Amino acid sequence: MITVYLDGQPLVMGEGLTVAAMLTLSESSIARLSCTGQPRAPFCGMGICQECRVTIDGRRQLACQTLCQEGMHVERTV
Amino acid sequence: MSLQARTAAADVVIVGAGIMGAMCAYELASRGLSILVIDNGTGGATGAGMGHLVVMDDNPAELALSRYSIALWNTLRKRLPEACAYRNCGTLWLAANDEECGLAEAKQARLVEYGAQSEWISASALRQLEPMLRPDLAGALKVFDDGILYAPATARWLLHQQDGRITVQEGDVTRVEGNRLCLSEGGWLTAPAILLANGLGAFRLLPDVPLRPKKGHLLITDRYPACINHQLVELGYAASAHADDGTSVAFNVQPRPTGQLLIGSSRQFDTLDKRVEFDVLGRMLMRAQDYLPGLGELNAIRGWTGFRVATPDGLPLLGQHPDQPGLWLALGHEGLGVTTASGSARLIAAQLLGEAPPFDPAPFRTERFVGVASHTPGAAA
Ligand SMILES: Cc1cc2nc3c(=O)[nH]c(=O)nc-3n(C[C@H](O)[C@H](O)[C@H](O)COP(=O)(O)OP(=O)(O)OC[C@H]3O[C@@H](n4cnc5c(N)ncnc54)[C@H](O)[C@@H]3O)c2cc1C
Ligand code: FES
Repeated sequence: MITVYLDGQPLVMGEGLTVAAMLTLSESSIARLSCTGQPRAPFCGMGICQECRVTIDGRRQLACQTLCQEGMHVERTV
Repeated sequence: MSLQARTAAADVVIVGAGIMGAMCAYELASRGLSILVIDNGTGGATGAGMGHLVVMDDNPAELALSRYSIALWNTLRKRLPEACAYRNCGTLWLAANDEECGLAEAKQARLVEYGAQSEWISASALRQLEPMLRPDLAGALKVFDDGILYAPATARWLLHQQDGRITVQEGDVTRVEGNRLCLSEGGWLTAPAILLANGLGAFRLLPDVPLRPKKGHLLITDRYPACINHQLVELGYAASAHADDGTSVAFNVQPRPTGQLLIGSSRQFDTLDKRVEFDVLGRMLMRAQDYLPGLGELNAIRGWTGFRVATPDGLPLLGQHPDQPGLWLALGHEGLGVTTASGSARLIAAQLLGEAPPFDPAPFRTERFVGVASHTPGAAA
């Protein structure tokens, strides 16, 4: 099991999950808000649609293309 | 010219609903004319470009047109809705060394002649204004009236103004002959005046007109807290923009109101391949990172290409076709057509209605490259 921090809250999960999967397991799968404030969640799951942009350890990355790591900090982009 | 032809589809039929066609429709309808705009929906440079409203001074004609156009945008900008994303951010022309400081000085002198205000920003002031830039730049020339605009939304907005005198119709124009045109579904339309503002689409309708495509790449980042405040362009940009052949890149970055950075620019001749070319994109981004070392930390979300339409002398064709009465051209705006749409439309309207031209129309006359006269030696000099 590993611990990942989502918006500062610890989440304990098995290894091998993407950050997008972790979002789905959390209480809300929202990754970010659009320019007009609408909630957006992972959609294509394969790095194309760009809907799943989150900040991972300080850098903006695609949640669906990133595997969770022990101690990782994930922030939703709002 | 009589504007009362009985069977006419409208007083003026405009082919192309990009920024040029839309601005011409707006300008002509403001004088009470009825306008029909026909577009085939393929889209063009207006949706692909950068939308930087910028005074360019590579020659006096370009300077006169772009300066006049910026002044017109400045009268319009208060009315533009937020969707048009107008911002008066100004341009910083960046000088990397002493030689480019000289270029900045010469530029400032040319601009002031045409009433465009600019100010020299010292190296230390530049570091304060734009801390994301690499620290060893020699300074910058700030041009105050320049701005940015989201051109496709602006074109849409323009087409909805003027109390219903503008009608937009979907249709593919397959032929033009003087003041009549043929639609792909068959049937001819006649009007007192037909105006071609269909960008790249003019290649097909007027194959004799010497227009060349110049491909450009752009890339946009994700949204971040604002890190740049002006449109940033390297002073070497003009040299790159006007290089006659080969592929060139230059540093040109725009802060979007959303917090995204729009990164340009590249130029390639004589290809109509829309695909993003990673070697060109890579060169462009290396150039951008050279000026903005922190760029590599940002996430890019999309890259795309578009085509500028260039005449042999880089100036647009604005006026009536010399051999086809009733056929008017607003073509060949190259990489400056969003900026110059306002001034170009004003000139077209003045010529069409016999008003005094707002600036010297001679450098833009169609006879340079169109019609029989253009084929006699020296005609395009
Ligand atoms: C990469 C790039 C960056 C640029 N950056 C800037 C910038 O920063 N500032 C600036 O001022 N300019 C810039 N430009 C240039 C500017 O975008 C263009 O000059 C301008 O958009 C041209 O507008 P237009 O209306 O003439 O043509 P287009 O936008 O190409 O519109 C032509 C329209 O005609 C329609 N059409 C074509 N053929 C037919 C037909 N046969 N029948 C019916 N409809 C037809 C098309 O669907 C299209 O909507 C840039 C261009 C590019 C490519
Ligand atoms: S879900 Fe589409 S890019 Fe990640």
